[in-house]
Amino acid sequence: MATETEAQKGLEIHPMDQFLIKPVLGDGPLVWYSFSNTAMWMAITLVGVIIFLVVGTRKKSYVPDRFQMVVELIYGFVRNMVQDVAGRDALPFFPYIMTAFMFVIFSNVLGLIPMSFTPTSHIAVTATLALTVFISVTVIGFVKHGLGFLGLFWISSAPLPLRPVLAVIEVMSYFVRPISHSIRLAGNMMAGHAMIKVFAAFAGVMGLGAFVPIIAISAVYGLELLVAFIQAYVFTILTCVYLKDALHPQH
Amino acid sequence: MEGDLNTMGALIGAGLACTGMGGAAIGVGHVAGNYLAGALRNPSAAQSQTAMLFIGIAFAEAFGIFSFLVALLLMFAL
Repeated sequence: MATETEAQKGLEIHPMDQFLIKPVLGDGPLVWYSFSNTAMWMAITLVGVIIFLVVGTRKKSYVPDRFQMVVELIYGFVRNMVQDVAGRDALPFFPYIMTAFMFVIFSNVLGLIPMSFTPTSHIAVTATLALTVFISVTVIGFVKHGLGFLGLFWISSAPLPLRPVLAVIEVMSYFVRPISHSIRLAGNMMAGHAMIKVFAAFAGVMGLGAFVPIIAISAVYGLELLVAFIQAYVFTILTCVYLKDALHPQH
Repeated sequence: MEGDLNTMGALIGAGLACTGMGGAAIGVGHVAGNYLAGALRNPSAAQSQTAMLFIGIAFAEAFGIFSFLVALLLMFAL
């Protein structure tokens, strides 16, 4: 592995190259209609989710087999989460939250396959998801409560002189929500993949004697699998929290 | 070594921005440790508060991710 020219150049690691967006077919320039690898992996994610849910619920037997059991487990998990965090009147919004959860979790886990691509590691993708949540939650709040939705920023339990200060802070924290919501997911995915790539480059340079980097890669890979699930969970539960704020703006 | 002063400053800044992630680590550890302490005192209430644990971890972690983002911007977007 470590030939003389490479040794002279020193250790060259390009951990961010895996996030390059390029057209799948041909080497042409990236234009708005070109079918990029992001689009391809988002389509694969979508097909994976559809196959998973449709095949899992095909038989609809009273005694579920293993596949159906997994699908029912995920369904019940997300439904309970919506009901516990956002309340019973948030259940009409359950289909969207389930969709977002399945998309994020499939995209995260499929991105862990070597040589694949993670759409959720791009802020453009996660910002679209987060902005959808942000805008629709704001609209839902104003539709349900009218101007009473602004009571979210006017904390009536605080002492009166403190309320304007708190209102400024609340407004700021409200508008920083889509930023933190999107960057949390993208940042976690990007950092994990870059870390795996760095350890992989160590292993590549050391050649056959690379026991330590290989053990490290395995450990980091297990951690990343955990992070993939936890970040999908966190993304969904924060959606529920924001939805709760829109449905019940009084603290 | 080649390179200019701007790149050097940006890379030093990126390294300094990464210290912010240590603060996030402290915050996440604080949340998880306090959750465990509370859960060991009252194990029957622990199950219902797992969602709060993850929300707290997510909020604490967000600011560490912000500093990571600043580092990335300095390295790749400047």
